[in-house]
Amino acid sequence: MLTQTLGWIAAVAVIAGVAVALGVAPREATQGNVQRIMYLHVPSVWVAYLAFVVTAVASAVYLRNRAAATDRLAHATTEVGVLFLGVNIATGSIWGKPTWGTWWAWDARLTSVSIVFILFLGALLLRRATEDPERAARSAAVLAIFGALNIYLVHQSVNWWRTLHQPPSLLKAGPAAMPGAILAPLLINFLALGLLAAYFVTRRVRVLAAEAEALA
Amino acid sequence: MTYARRAWIVLWKDLLVERRSKETLNALVFFSLLLLFVFQFTLGPDRERLTAVLPGLLWLGFVLAGLVGLGRTFLLERENDCWEGLLLAPGDKSAIYVGKLAANLVLMGLVEALVLALFTVFFNVDLGPALGGLVPVLALGTLGLAAAGTLFAAMTAHVRARELLFPVLLLPAQVPVLLGTVKATEALLAGAPLGTVGHWLQLLAAADAVYLVVGVLTFEFLLEG
Repeated sequence: MLTQTLGWIAAVAVIAGVAVALGVAPREATQGNVQRIMYLHVPSVWVAYLAFVVTAVASAVYLRNRAAATDRLAHATTEVGVLFLGVNIATGSIWGKPTWGTWWAWDARLTSVSIVFILFLGALLLRRATEDPERAARSAAVLAIFGALNIYLVHQSVNWWRTLHQPPSLLKAGPAAMPGAILAPLLINFLALGLLAAYFVTRRVRVLAAEAEALA
Repeated sequence: MTYARRAWIVLWKDLLVERRSKETLNALVFFSLLLLFVFQFTLGPDRERLTAVLPGLLWLGFVLAGLVGLGRTFLLERENDCWEGLLLAPGDKSAIYVGKLAANLVLMGLVEALVLALFTVFFNVDLGPALGGLVPVLALGTLGLAAAGTLFAAMTAHVRARELLFPVLLLPAQVPVLLGTVKATEALLAGAPLGTVGHWLQLLAAADAVYLVVGVLTFEFLLEG
């Protein structure tokens, strides 16, 4: 019941987010309408990284308390994080074609984000390949903790290696670089995608619980 | 029995097994030699092109040898049903990780020294002037590779397709180490002093510290039955 309510709220929020991004937000002066993809592109990476933070915390807790429910949360957030990071990479690629003139560039943030994507995809692979579900949970937990702590190192090393992407506009010190007319739709979409991700996670956790019950 | 002694016993056991069977080392030496042929075939005799890509080739060789060698870390225990033996070892289980890691470091060190020597002979490059700076880069890079590799080997020891999954998991995790070592080696071979690659050495040291801490703290969870 609660999950369903969350689902409906998320649906409304996503519709509102799309409406705001396409209708309310101003047309960007140089990039034109292509820039509107940012309202999906940027919030999806925030949601994905947030999901991975939950994965890492849940994994650490699981190794302590060994509750199957904690592991299901880690499992579900990994999947949802990978999904949203995939959306981020795909939309970035679609945006890159008209803006940079190429689908893919070996730029610092493109590269580091895709490495994080592969890392957490690997955790899902590892779960699949390990036969004993309890061992799979432990291995995936260790890998998720390793992966989460590795994120900073990956970003830093790839940054020094090469940079083309525009620097993050929002999280830097100094006067705001983004006008409110763009920032507000961005935050609304962040909220909408966050709700959607939360809904996916609760749904996935329930499916995983049902699967475990059926197999037991 | 102290922690260090328990780690030492694992190291001594692995080195003794390796000294008598020479299974891994023989194969790795042969493998590295073949890599040199492959590099030569794909790049051709052009000297200039070779110098440009040499740092990358060198670390490609180390990483490929590492993938083959490190993946076998727990093979003996698994094949001979000695996994329970490790489980029954008294005290902190991370001592086993430290011992296994040390054995892998010895193995990787031997292979790397050999590959370096072979490179100077077969590709006619003079590593001499840069060698003093290369040693810390090699040491930090190898430690990072082996620390993650030993942990991941335990992680994939009970997986069906472990020969496939081990490199698939380890390679993306090693991006910081790979970039750091290749970039630092590149600068050093071009004649830059060690100070100019200080930031890479710091990154490598940070990566080593993170991998070691995660390995020591989480190893026991991978070991249990």
